[in-house]
Amino acid sequence: MSTIAVNTSGAVGRTVADATAPVRIAVRNLNFYYGDFRSLKDISLNFYDRQVTALIGPSGCGKSTLLRTFNRIYSLYPEQRAEGEILLDGQNVLSPSIDVNELRARVGMVFQKPTPFPMSIYDNIAFGLRLYENLPRSELDGRVEEALRKAALWDEVKDKMRQSGMGLSGGQQQRLCIARTIAQQPEVILLDEPTSALDPISTGKIEELIEQLRTEFTIVIVTHNMQQAARISQFTAFMYLGELVEFGPTNKMFMTPTKKQTQDYITGRFG
Amino acid sequence: MDTMSQTTTSPPVAWGRVRRSRYVADRALKAICILFTALGVFVLGWILLMLLYQGVSALRPEVFTRTTPGPMTQGGGIANAIAGSLVLTFLGIVVATPVGVLAGTYLAEYGKGSKLAEVIRFVNDILLAAPSILIGLFVYTLMVQPMGGYSGWAGGVALAIIAVPVIVRTTEDMLRIVPGSLREAGAALGAPMSKVITKITWRAARAGMVTGILLATARIAGETAPLLFTALNNNFWFRADLMGGVANLPVMIYQYALSPYQNWRELAWAGALVITLTILALSIAARLLFRKETAR
Repeated sequence: MSTIAVNTSGAVGRTVADATAPVRIAVRNLNFYYGDFRSLKDISLNFYDRQVTALIGPSGCGKSTLLRTFNRIYSLYPEQRAEGEILLDGQNVLSPSIDVNELRARVGMVFQKPTPFPMSIYDNIAFGLRLYENLPRSELDGRVEEALRKAALWDEVKDKMRQSGMGLSGGQQQRLCIARTIAQQPEVILLDEPTSALDPISTGKIEELIEQLRTEFTIVIVTHNMQQAARISQFTAFMYLGELVEFGPTNKMFMTPTKKQTQDYITGRFG
Repeated sequence: MDTMSQTTTSPPVAWGRVRRSRYVADRALKAICILFTALGVFVLGWILLMLLYQGVSALRPEVFTRTTPGPMTQGGGIANAIAGSLVLTFLGIVVATPVGVLAGTYLAEYGKGSKLAEVIRFVNDILLAAPSILIGLFVYTLMVQPMGGYSGWAGGVALAIIAVPVIVRTTEDMLRIVPGSLREAGAALGAPMSKVITKITWRAARAGMVTGILLATARIAGETAPLLFTALNNNFWFRADLMGGVANLPVMIYQYALSPYQNWRELAWAGALVITLTILALSIAARLLFRKETAR
Protein backbone atom coordinates (compact mmCIF):
# COMPACT_ATOMS: atom_id res chain seq x y z
CA MET A 1 0.00 0.00 0.00
CA SER A 2 2.99 2.26 -0.08
CA THR A 3 2.68 3.02 -3.76
CA ILE A 4 1.25 6.37 -4.62
CA ALA A 5 -1.12 6.11 -7.53
CA VAL A 6 -0.93 8.35 -10.51
CA ASN A 7 -4.17 9.65 -11.87
CA THR A 8 -3.92 8.64 -15.47
CA SER A 9 -7.48 9.24 -16.55
CA GLY A 10 -10.14 11.80 -15.81
CA ALA A 11 -12.76 9.10 -15.84
CA VAL A 12 -11.44 7.24 -12.87
CA GLY A 13 -10.91 8.78 -9.46
CA ARG A 14 -11.42 12.50 -9.26
CA THR A 15 -8.74 12.75 -6.68
CA VAL A 16 -5.50 10.89 -6.42
CA ALA A 17 -5.18 8.50 -3.54
CA ASP A 18 -2.94 9.75 -0.79
CA ALA A 19 -1.28 6.72 0.75
CA THR A 20 0.88 8.96 2.90
CA ALA A 21 -2.22 9.90 4.86
CA PRO A 22 -2.19 8.49 8.38
CA VAL A 23 -4.05 5.25 8.96
CA ARG A 24 -7.39 5.87 10.66
CA ILE A 25 -8.70 2.34 10.89
CA ALA A 26 -6.47 -0.71 10.79
CA VAL A 27 -8.20 -4.05 10.40
CA ARG A 28 -6.12 -7.04 11.48
CA ASN A 29 -7.08 -10.69 10.95
CA LEU A 30 -10.77 -10.00 11.23
CA ASN A 31 -13.14 -12.96 11.20
CA PHE A 32 -16.89 -12.64 11.44
CA TYR A 33 -19.53 -15.22 12.25
CA TYR A 34 -23.28 -15.37 11.79
CA GLY A 35 -23.87 -18.20 14.23
CA ASP A 36 -21.60 -20.93 12.88
CA PHE A 37 -21.23 -19.41 9.44
CA ARG A 38 -17.93 -17.64 8.91
CA SER A 39 -18.67 -14.70 6.65
CA LEU A 40 -15.40 -12.77 6.88
CA LYS A 41 -12.11 -14.59 6.55
CA ASP A 42 -8.93 -13.10 7.93
CA ILE A 43 -9.47 -9.59 6.64
CA SER A 44 -6.57 -7.18 7.05
CA LEU A 45 -6.49 -3.72 5.53
CA ASN A 46 -6.05 -0.04 6.31
CA PHE A 47 -8.39 2.89 5.94
CA TYR A 48 -6.66 6.20 5.51
CA ASP A 49 -7.46 9.50 7.13
CA ARG A 50 -9.75 11.76 5.09
CA GLN A 51 -9.89 9.40 2.14
CA VAL A 52 -12.92 7.71 0.68
CA THR A 53 -12.57 3.95 0.59
CA ALA A 54 -15.09 1.99 -1.44
CA LEU A 55 -15.94 -1.61 -0.61
CA ILE A 56 -17.09 -3.43 -3.71
CA GLY A 57 -17.97 -7.00 -4.57
CA PRO A 58 -20.95 -9.16 -5.48
CA SER A 59 -23.92 -9.58 -3.13
CA GLY A 60 -23.09 -11.63 -0.07
CA CYS A 61 -19.34 -11.07 -0.34
CA GLY A 62 -19.21 -9.56 3.13
CA LYS A 63 -18.71 -5.88 2.33
CA SER A 64 -21.67 -4.71 4.41
CA THR A 65 -20.70 -7.12 7.15
CA LEU A 66 -17.23 -5.59 7.24
CA LEU A 67 -18.71 -2.09 7.40
CA ARG A 68 -20.98 -3.09 10.26
CA THR A 69 -18.05 -4.21 12.41
CA PHE A 70 -16.50 -0.72 12.56
CA ASN A 71 -19.25 0.66 14.81
CA ARG A 72 -20.18 -2.75 16.22
CA ILE A 73 -23.76 -2.30 15.07
CA TYR A 74 -23.80 -6.07 14.50
CA SER A 75 -23.74 -6.52 18.28
CA LEU A 76 -27.45 -5.64 18.36
CA TYR A 77 -27.90 -9.23 17.22
CA PRO A 78 -26.67 -11.78 19.77
CA GLU A 79 -25.88 -14.48 17.20
CA GLN A 80 -23.33 -12.31 15.40
CA ARG A 81 -19.72 -11.97 16.55
CA ALA A 82 -16.41 -10.66 15.33
CA GLU A 83 -12.90 -11.87 16.15
CA GLY A 84 -9.63 -10.10 15.48
CA GLU A 85 -8.68 -6.47 15.75
CA ILE A 86 -10.09 -3.24 14.41
CA LEU A 87 -7.84 -0.43 15.52
CA LEU A 88 -9.40 3.01 15.47
CA ASP A 89 -6.56 5.43 16.17
CA GLY A 90 -4.69 2.51 17.65
CA GLN A 91 -7.49 1.39 19.97
CA ASN A 92 -9.18 -1.97 19.38
CA VAL A 93 -12.89 -1.24 19.01
CA LEU A 94 -13.74 -4.93 19.40
CA SER A 95 -12.36 -4.92 22.93
CA PRO A 96 -15.11 -5.43 25.55
CA SER A 97 -13.82 -2.41 27.47
CA ILE A 98 -14.92 -0.06 24.67
CA ASP A 99 -18.23 1.72 25.28
CA VAL A 100 -20.21 0.93 22.12
CA ASN A 101 -22.39 4.02 22.38
CA GLU A 102 -19.38 6.28 22.57
CA LEU A 103 -17.81 4.37 19.68
CA ARG A 104 -20.94 4.91 17.59
CA ALA A 105 -20.85 8.62 18.27
CA ARG A 106 -17.28 8.61 16.89
CA VAL A 107 -18.06 6.33 13.95
CA GLY A 108 -21.27 7.45 12.25
CA MET A 109 -23.33 5.34 9.88
CA VAL A 110 -25.80 6.01 7.10
CA PHE A 111 -27.95 3.17 5.81
CA GLN A 112 -29.21 1.98 2.46
CA LYS A 113 -32.79 3.01 3.07
CA PRO A 114 -33.25 6.51 4.46
CA THR A 115 -34.23 6.22 8.12
CA PRO A 116 -35.67 9.54 9.28
CA PHE A 117 -36.97 9.35 12.84
CA PRO A 118 -40.69 10.01 13.37
CA MET A 119 -40.08 13.54 14.61
CA SER A 120 -39.47 17.01 13.23
CA ILE A 121 -36.56 17.79 10.92
CA TYR A 122 -34.99 19.82 13.72
CA ASP A 123 -35.35 17.03 16.28
CA ASN A 124 -33.95 14.48 13.84
CA ILE A 125 -30.65 16.36 13.97
CA ALA A 126 -30.88 17.42 17.60
CA PHE A 127 -31.55 13.85 18.75
CA GLY A 128 -27.92 12.77 18.37
CA LEU A 129 -26.61 16.07 19.75
CA ARG A 130 -28.68 15.84 22.91
CA LEU A 131 -27.32 12.37 23.64
CA TYR A 132 -23.78 13.43 24.43
CA GLU A 133 -23.76 17.16 24.76
CA ASN A 134 -25.79 19.41 26.98
CA LEU A 135 -26.00 22.42 24.73
CA PRO A 136 -27.90 25.65 25.36
CA ARG A 137 -30.72 26.27 22.91
CA SER A 138 -28.92 28.86 20.78
CA GLU A 139 -25.89 26.66 20.36
CA LEU A 140 -28.05 23.66 19.54
CA ASP A 141 -29.79 25.71 16.84
CA GLY A 142 -26.39 26.65 15.45
CA ARG A 143 -25.16 23.06 15.35
CA VAL A 144 -28.36 21.88 13.67
CA GLU A 145 -28.04 24.57 10.99
CA GLU A 146 -24.35 23.83 10.48
CA ALA A 147 -25.03 20.13 9.98
CA LEU A 148 -27.84 20.81 7.52
CA ARG A 149 -25.66 23.23 5.58
CA LYS A 150 -22.86 20.70 5.37
CA ALA A 151 -25.33 18.13 4.14
CA ALA A 152 -26.53 20.58 1.47
CA LEU A 153 -30.06 20.44 2.82
CA TRP A 154 -30.38 23.73 4.70
CA ASP A 155 -31.86 25.78 1.86
CA GLU A 156 -34.55 23.19 1.23
CA VAL A 157 -35.69 22.77 4.85
CA LYS A 158 -34.86 26.00 6.69
CA ASP A 159 -38.50 27.14 6.58
CA LYS A 160 -39.96 23.85 7.75
CA MET A 161 -37.76 22.75 10.60
CA ARG A 162 -40.81 21.84 12.72
CA GLN A 163 -42.33 19.58 10.08
CA SER A 164 -41.91 15.83 10.20
CA GLY A 165 -38.75 14.42 8.68
CA MET A 166 -40.89 11.68 7.17
CA GLY A 167 -42.46 14.20 4.78
CA LEU A 168 -39.24 14.83 2.84
CA SER A 169 -38.39 13.15 -0.46
CA GLY A 170 -36.15 10.07 -0.45
CA GLY A 171 -33.05 12.02 -1.45
CA GLN A 172 -33.75 14.72 1.12
CA GLN A 173 -34.34 12.08 3.78
CA GLN A 174 -30.97 10.53 3.02
CA ARG A 175 -29.25 13.91 3.28
CA LEU A 176 -31.11 14.44 6.56
CA CYS A 177 -29.60 11.16 7.78
CA ILE A 178 -26.15 12.32 6.69
CA ALA A 179 -26.71 15.65 8.45
CA ARG A 180 -27.77 13.78 11.58
CA THR A 181 -24.56 11.81 11.46
CA ILE A 182 -22.16 14.69 10.82
CA ALA A 183 -23.84 16.83 13.48
CA GLN A 184 -22.20 14.58 16.05
CA GLN A 185 -18.81 15.45 14.55
CA PRO A 186 -17.66 11.86 14.15
CA GLU A 187 -14.21 10.87 12.92
CA VAL A 188 -15.36 8.23 10.51
CA ILE A 189 -18.54 7.98 8.43
CA LEU A 190 -19.75 4.60 7.22
CA LEU A 191 -22.08 4.63 4.23
CA ASP A 192 -23.94 1.41 3.44
CA GLU A 193 -25.10 1.71 -0.17
CA PRO A 194 -26.43 5.20 0.57
CA THR A 195 -27.72 5.86 -2.94
CA SER A 196 -29.11 2.51 -4.03
CA ALA A 197 -32.67 3.57 -3.12
CA LEU A 198 -32.38 6.98 -4.79
CA ASP A 199 -32.95 8.44 -8.24
CA PRO A 200 -29.96 9.61 -10.34
CA ILE A 201 -30.33 13.29 -9.43
CA SER A 202 -30.45 12.59 -5.71
CA THR A 203 -27.55 10.19 -6.17
CA GLY A 204 -25.54 12.93 -7.85
CA LYS A 205 -26.18 15.28 -4.94
CA ILE A 206 -25.09 12.69 -2.39
CA GLU A 207 -21.94 11.96 -4.37
CA GLU A 208 -21.05 15.65 -4.48
CA LEU A 209 -21.66 15.77 -0.76
CA ILE A 210 -19.35 12.84 -0.12
CA GLU A 211 -16.67 14.62 -2.15
CA GLN A 212 -16.97 17.63 0.18
CA LEU A 213 -17.21 15.64 3.39
CA ARG A 214 -13.94 13.93 2.59
CA THR A 215 -12.04 17.07 3.59
CA GLU A 216 -13.22 16.54 7.16
CA PHE A 217 -14.06 12.89 7.65
CA THR A 218 -12.69 9.48 6.88
CA ILE A 219 -15.31 7.77 4.74
CA VAL A 220 -15.98 4.12 4.04
CA ILE A 221 -18.69 3.40 1.47
CA VAL A 222 -20.22 0.12 0.43
CA THR A 223 -21.52 0.28 -3.11
CA HIS A 224 -22.86 -2.00 -5.78
CA ASN A 225 -22.29 0.63 -8.37
CA MET A 226 -18.80 0.33 -9.83
CA GLN A 227 -18.96 3.69 -11.59
CA GLN A 228 -19.82 5.24 -8.27
CA ALA A 229 -16.81 3.63 -6.62
CA ALA A 230 -14.64 4.89 -9.44
CA ARG A 231 -16.10 8.40 -9.25
CA ILE A 232 -15.95 9.10 -5.57
CA SER A 233 -13.33 6.92 -3.91
CA GLN A 234 -9.58 7.19 -3.54
CA PHE A 235 -9.17 3.62 -2.40
CA THR A 236 -11.08 0.51 -3.34
CA ALA A 237 -11.28 -2.89 -1.71
CA PHE A 238 -12.68 -5.76 -3.72
CA MET A 239 -14.18 -8.59 -1.71
CA TYR A 240 -15.41 -11.99 -2.76
CA LEU A 241 -16.89 -14.80 -0.64
CA GLY A 242 -15.83 -13.22 2.61
CA GLU A 243 -12.26 -12.62 1.55
CA LEU A 244 -10.43 -9.48 0.62
CA VAL A 245 -9.25 -10.16 -2.91
CA GLU A 246 -7.51 -6.92 -3.65
CA PHE A 247 -7.07 -3.51 -2.13
CA GLY A 248 -5.39 -0.44 -3.54
CA PRO A 249 -5.77 3.06 -4.90
CA THR A 250 -8.96 3.28 -6.93
CA ASN A 251 -7.09 4.29 -10.10
CA LYS A 252 -4.95 1.26 -10.00
CA MET A 253 -7.82 -1.07 -9.05
CA PHE A 254 -9.82 0.02 -12.06
CA MET A 255 -7.02 0.45 -14.58
CA THR A 256 -4.52 -2.26 -13.76
CA PRO A 257 -5.85 -4.69 -11.17
CA THR A 258 -3.36 -7.40 -10.28
CA LYS A 259 -5.88 -10.17 -9.63
CA LYS A 260 -7.88 -11.74 -12.42
CA GLN A 261 -11.00 -11.94 -10.22
CA THR A 262 -10.90 -8.19 -9.70
CA GLN A 263 -10.60 -7.57 -13.40
CA ASP A 264 -13.46 -9.94 -14.18
CA TYR A 265 -15.72 -8.24 -11.65
CA ILE A 266 -14.85 -4.72 -12.68
CA THR A 267 -15.36 -5.47 -16.34
CA GLY A 268 -18.70 -7.07 -15.56
CA ARG A 269 -17.83 -10.65 -16.33
CA PHE A 270 -19.45 -11.84 -13.11
CA GLY A 271 -21.22 -10.43 -10.08
CA MET B 1 -36.65 -13.09 -19.10
CA ASP B 2 -37.70 -16.72 -19.29
CA THR B 3 -41.38 -16.01 -18.78
CA MET B 4 -41.24 -13.23 -21.32
CA SER B 5 -39.90 -15.47 -24.06
CA GLN B 6 -42.38 -18.17 -23.13
CA THR B 7 -45.44 -15.99 -23.47
CA THR B 8 -44.31 -14.69 -26.82
CA THR B 9 -43.61 -18.13 -28.29
CA SER B 10 -46.60 -20.06 -26.91
CA PRO B 11 -49.82 -20.02 -28.99
CA PRO B 12 -52.24 -17.25 -28.11
CA VAL B 13 -54.97 -18.20 -25.64
CA ALA B 14 -58.30 -18.60 -27.37
CA TRP B 15 -61.16 -16.55 -26.00
CA GLY B 16 -64.01 -18.51 -24.41
CA ARG B 17 -61.79 -21.36 -23.40
CA VAL B 18 -62.37 -20.76 -19.67
CA ARG B 19 -65.09 -23.17 -18.65
CA ARG B 20 -68.51 -21.79 -17.81
CA SER B 21 -68.61 -23.69 -14.52
CA ARG B 22 -65.76 -21.50 -13.25
CA TYR B 23 -67.86 -18.39 -13.70
CA VAL B 24 -70.72 -20.07 -11.88
CA ALA B 25 -68.48 -21.11 -8.98
CA ASP B 26 -67.04 -17.60 -8.81
CA ARG B 27 -70.46 -15.98 -8.69
CA ALA B 28 -71.74 -18.50 -6.14
CA LEU B 29 -68.86 -17.92 -3.73
CA LYS B 30 -69.31 -14.19 -4.02
CA ALA B 31 -73.04 -14.50 -3.33
CA ILE B 32 -72.47 -16.69 -0.26
CA CYS B 33 -69.91 -14.26 1.14
CA ILE B 34 -72.27 -11.32 0.67
CA LEU B 35 -75.14 -13.27 2.22
CA PHE B 36 -73.28 -14.09 5.42
CA THR B 37 -71.81 -10.60 5.70
CA ALA B 38 -75.33 -9.24 5.41
CA LEU B 39 -76.49 -11.68 8.08
CA GLY B 40 -73.83 -10.43 10.51
CA VAL B 41 -74.56 -6.80 9.78
CA PHE B 42 -78.29 -7.47 10.05
CA VAL B 43 -77.97 -8.89 13.59
CA LEU B 44 -75.79 -5.99 14.65
CA GLY B 45 -78.22 -3.52 13.09
CA TRP B 46 -81.14 -5.22 14.81
CA ILE B 47 -79.44 -4.91 18.20
CA LEU B 48 -78.64 -1.25 17.60
CA LEU B 49 -82.14 -0.44 16.36
CA MET B 50 -83.76 -2.19 19.31
CA LEU B 51 -81.40 -0.35 21.64
CA LEU B 52 -82.17 3.00 20.01
CA TYR B 53 -85.91 2.36 20.01
CA GLN B 54 -86.06 1.38 23.67
CA GLY B 55 -83.21 3.55 24.89
CA VAL B 56 -84.10 6.87 23.29
CA SER B 57 -87.64 6.80 24.68
CA ALA B 58 -86.18 6.17 28.15
CA LEU B 59 -83.61 8.91 27.79
CA ARG B 60 -85.13 11.82 29.68
CA PRO B 61 -83.02 14.70 31.09
CA GLU B 62 -83.38 13.54 34.69
CA VAL B 63 -81.71 10.24 33.70
CA PHE B 64 -78.46 12.17 33.72
CA THR B 65 -79.10 14.11 36.93
CA ARG B 66 -80.78 11.77 39.37
CA THR B 67 -79.50 8.70 41.12
CA THR B 68 -80.80 5.17 40.62
CA PRO B 69 -84.16 4.67 42.34
CA GLY B 70 -84.98 2.10 44.99
CA PRO B 71 -87.79 -0.42 44.60
CA MET B 72 -91.40 0.81 44.32
CA THR B 73 -90.41 4.42 43.56
CA GLN B 74 -91.15 6.56 40.54
CA GLY B 75 -88.66 7.99 38.01
CA GLY B 76 -85.04 8.23 38.97
CA GLY B 77 -81.91 8.38 36.86
CA ILE B 78 -78.55 6.72 36.35
CA ALA B 79 -76.23 9.65 37.07
CA ASN B 80 -74.46 7.81 39.90
CA ALA B 81 -73.94 4.74 37.72
CA ILE B 82 -72.49 6.82 34.88
CA ALA B 83 -70.12 8.60 37.26
CA GLY B 84 -69.16 5.32 38.90
CA SER B 85 -68.47 3.65 35.57
CA LEU B 86 -66.28 6.57 34.54
CA VAL B 87 -64.28 6.29 37.75
CA LEU B 88 -63.92 2.50 37.55
CA THR B 89 -62.93 2.54 33.88
CA PHE B 90 -60.49 5.36 34.47
CA LEU B 91 -58.95 3.51 37.43
CA GLY B 92 -58.70 0.32 35.42
CA ILE B 93 -57.03 1.92 32.43
CA VAL B 94 -54.66 4.04 34.54
CA VAL B 95 -53.43 0.89 36.29
CA ALA B 96 -53.37 -1.23 33.13
CA THR B 97 -51.66 1.18 30.73
CA PRO B 98 -48.17 1.34 32.29
CA VAL B 99 -48.18 -2.38 33.05
CA GLY B 100 -49.40 -3.31 29.58
CA VAL B 101 -47.18 -0.90 27.66
CA LEU B 102 -44.04 -1.86 29.57
CA ALA B 103 -44.73 -5.59 29.37
CA GLY B 104 -45.45 -5.29 25.65
CA THR B 105 -42.23 -3.32 25.23
CA TYR B 106 -40.29 -6.03 27.04
CA LEU B 107 -41.73 -8.69 24.74
CA ALA B 108 -41.03 -6.76 21.55
CA GLU B 109 -37.69 -5.12 22.38
CA TYR B 110 -35.77 -6.78 25.19
CA GLY B 111 -37.10 -10.31 25.32
CA LYS B 112 -36.56 -11.19 21.67
CA GLY B 113 -35.93 -14.92 21.48
CA SER B 114 -35.75 -15.41 25.24
CA LYS B 115 -37.54 -18.25 27.04
CA LEU B 116 -38.99 -15.87 29.61
CA ALA B 117 -40.62 -13.78 26.90
CA GLU B 118 -42.14 -16.89 25.37
CA VAL B 119 -43.65 -17.89 28.72
CA ILE B 120 -44.98 -14.38 29.35
CA ARG B 121 -46.52 -14.24 25.88
CA PHE B 122 -48.21 -17.61 26.46
CA VAL B 123 -49.58 -16.60 29.87
CA ASN B 124 -50.77 -13.31 28.41
CA ASP B 125 -52.67 -15.13 25.68
CA ILE B 126 -54.36 -17.28 28.31
CA LEU B 127 -55.26 -14.19 30.31
CA LEU B 128 -56.66 -12.63 27.15
CA ALA B 129 -59.12 -15.49 26.87
CA ALA B 130 -59.79 -15.96 30.61
CA PRO B 131 -63.49 -15.85 31.60
CA SER B 132 -64.05 -12.46 33.15
CA ILE B 133 -66.12 -13.88 36.02
CA LEU B 134 -62.98 -15.74 37.11
CA ILE B 135 -61.09 -12.49 37.31
CA GLY B 136 -63.93 -11.07 39.44
CA LEU B 137 -63.63 -13.98 41.86
CA PHE B 138 -59.86 -13.67 41.93
CA VAL B 139 -59.97 -10.02 42.91
CA TYR B 140 -62.73 -10.82 45.41
CA THR B 141 -60.40 -13.14 47.34
CA LEU B 142 -57.41 -10.90 46.73
CA MET B 143 -58.92 -7.56 47.76
CA VAL B 144 -62.56 -7.61 48.81
CA GLN B 145 -62.16 -10.19 51.56
CA PRO B 146 -58.98 -8.74 53.14
CA MET B 147 -60.29 -5.17 52.89
CA GLY B 148 -63.53 -6.20 54.50
CA GLY B 149 -65.92 -5.06 51.83
CA TYR B 150 -66.68 -4.15 48.24
CA SER B 151 -64.84 -1.16 46.84
CA GLY B 152 -64.13 0.83 43.71
CA TRP B 153 -60.47 -0.05 44.12
CA ALA B 154 -61.22 -3.74 43.77
CA GLY B 155 -63.42 -2.96 40.76
CA GLY B 156 -60.65 -0.89 39.16
CA VAL B 157 -58.10 -3.65 39.67
CA ALA B 158 -60.44 -6.28 38.22
CA LEU B 159 -60.99 -4.14 35.12
CA ALA B 160 -57.24 -3.52 34.88
CA ILE B 161 -56.60 -7.26 34.81
CA ILE B 162 -58.99 -7.50 31.85
CA ALA B 163 -57.31 -4.59 30.08
CA VAL B 164 -53.64 -5.53 30.62
CA PRO B 165 -53.45 -8.49 28.21
CA VAL B 166 -55.19 -6.44 25.50
CA ILE B 167 -52.67 -3.63 25.88
CA VAL B 168 -49.69 -6.02 26.09
CA ARG B 169 -50.76 -7.65 22.86
CA THR B 170 -51.39 -4.49 20.85
CA THR B 171 -48.24 -2.83 22.16
CA GLU B 172 -46.09 -5.81 21.20
CA ASP B 173 -47.72 -6.12 17.77
CA MET B 174 -47.35 -2.42 17.03
CA LEU B 175 -43.70 -2.31 18.12
CA ARG B 176 -42.95 -5.32 15.96
CA ILE B 177 -44.15 -3.46 12.88
CA VAL B 178 -41.55 -0.73 13.46
CA PRO B 179 -38.74 -1.56 11.01
CA GLY B 180 -35.48 -2.77 12.54
CA SER B 181 -33.63 -0.23 10.40
CA LEU B 182 -35.04 2.56 12.58
CA ARG B 183 -33.63 0.92 15.71
CA GLU B 184 -30.27 0.43 13.98
CA ALA B 185 -30.26 4.08 12.92
CA GLY B 186 -30.86 5.17 16.51
CA ALA B 187 -28.19 2.83 17.85
CA ALA B 188 -25.78 4.02 15.14
CA LEU B 189 -25.91 7.52 16.65
CA GLY B 190 -24.76 6.08 19.94
CA ALA B 191 -28.17 6.08 21.59
CA PRO B 192 -28.56 3.49 24.35
CA MET B 193 -31.42 1.05 23.91
CA SER B 194 -33.61 2.86 26.44
CA LYS B 195 -33.38 6.08 24.39
CA VAL B 196 -34.02 4.26 21.12
CA ILE B 197 -37.17 2.73 22.60
CA THR B 198 -38.61 5.77 24.36
CA LYS B 199 -37.71 8.39 21.75
CA ILE B 200 -37.88 6.46 18.48
CA THR B 201 -39.75 3.15 18.50
CA TRP B 202 -42.53 4.25 20.85
CA ARG B 203 -43.00 7.34 18.76
CA ALA B 204 -43.11 5.37 15.55
CA ALA B 205 -45.69 2.99 17.04
CA ARG B 206 -47.59 5.67 18.95
CA ALA B 207 -50.80 5.64 16.96
CA GLY B 208 -51.19 1.88 17.18
CA MET B 209 -50.37 1.80 20.87
CA VAL B 210 -52.89 4.52 21.73
CA THR B 211 -55.46 2.74 19.59
CA GLY B 212 -54.88 -0.40 21.64
CA ILE B 213 -55.39 1.53 24.88
CA LEU B 214 -58.60 3.08 23.57
CA LEU B 215 -59.93 -0.31 22.50
CA ALA B 216 -59.03 -1.75 25.91
CA THR B 217 -60.96 1.14 27.47
CA ALA B 218 -63.96 0.33 25.32
CA ARG B 219 -63.65 -3.31 26.33
CA ILE B 220 -63.64 -2.72 30.10
CA ALA B 221 -66.31 -0.02 30.00
CA GLY B 222 -68.89 -2.71 29.29
CA GLU B 223 -67.55 -5.50 31.52
CA THR B 224 -70.07 -6.76 34.06
CA ALA B 225 -68.81 -9.99 35.60
CA PRO B 226 -65.57 -8.64 37.11
CA LEU B 227 -67.57 -5.94 38.89
CA LEU B 228 -70.21 -8.27 40.39
CA PHE B 229 -67.81 -9.43 43.12
CA THR B 230 -65.74 -6.28 43.45
CA ALA B 231 -67.41 -2.91 42.97
CA LEU B 232 -70.88 -4.39 43.31
CA ASN B 233 -73.49 -1.71 42.74
CA ASN B 234 -75.75 0.52 44.83
CA ASN B 235 -78.16 3.41 44.57
CA PHE B 236 -75.85 6.15 45.82
CA TRP B 237 -73.06 8.36 44.63
CA PHE B 238 -69.69 6.75 45.21
CA ARG B 239 -67.89 7.69 48.40
CA ALA B 240 -64.67 9.71 48.22
CA ASP B 241 -62.67 6.73 49.48
CA LEU B 242 -64.43 4.44 46.95
CA MET B 243 -65.26 1.96 49.73
CA GLY B 244 -68.53 0.14 50.19
CA GLY B 245 -69.31 -0.48 46.56
CA VAL B 246 -69.55 1.83 43.58
CA ALA B 247 -72.59 2.18 41.33
CA ASN B 248 -71.82 1.36 37.72
CA LEU B 249 -73.67 0.94 34.44
CA PRO B 250 -73.09 -2.74 33.57
CA VAL B 251 -74.17 -4.15 36.93
CA MET B 252 -77.03 -1.61 37.10
CA ILE B 253 -78.24 -2.86 33.70
CA TYR B 254 -77.92 -6.46 34.85
CA GLN B 255 -79.99 -5.82 37.99
CA TYR B 256 -82.56 -3.41 36.57
CA ALA B 257 -83.26 -5.16 33.30
CA LEU B 258 -84.59 -8.25 35.05
CA SER B 259 -86.62 -6.33 37.62
CA PRO B 260 -90.42 -6.26 37.81
CA TYR B 261 -90.48 -2.44 37.82
CA GLN B 262 -91.24 -0.53 34.66
CA ASN B 263 -89.05 2.50 35.53
CA TRP B 264 -86.09 0.22 36.36
CA ARG B 265 -86.31 -1.54 33.03
CA GLU B 266 -86.44 1.78 31.19
CA LEU B 267 -83.36 2.97 33.03
CA ALA B 268 -81.57 -0.25 32.07
CA TRP B 269 -82.27 0.55 28.40
CA ALA B 270 -81.06 4.10 28.88
CA GLY B 271 -77.87 2.81 30.49
CA ALA B 272 -77.31 0.29 27.71
CA LEU B 273 -77.66 3.04 25.13
CA VAL B 274 -75.23 5.31 26.98
CA ILE B 275 -72.61 2.54 27.24
CA THR B 276 -72.98 1.53 23.60
CA LEU B 277 -72.67 5.08 22.33
CA THR B 278 -69.59 5.64 24.50
CA ILE B 279 -67.93 2.49 23.23
CA LEU B 280 -68.87 3.41 19.66
CA ALA B 281 -67.33 6.85 20.12
CA LEU B 282 -64.14 5.33 21.55
CA SER B 283 -63.84 2.89 18.66
CA ILE B 284 -64.39 5.62 16.08
CA ALA B 285 -61.83 7.84 17.83
CA ALA B 286 -59.33 4.96 17.81
CA ARG B 287 -59.87 4.38 14.10
CA LEU B 288 -59.61 8.04 13.16
CA LEU B 289 -56.44 8.46 15.19
CA PHE B 290 -54.83 5.38 13.69
CA ARG B 291 -55.76 6.40 10.15
CA LYS B 292 -54.53 9.96 10.61
CA GLU B 293 -51.18 8.93 12.08
CA THR B 294 -50.46 6.13 9.64
CA ALA B 295 -51.38 8.27 6.65
CA ARG B 296 -48.49 10.59 7.41
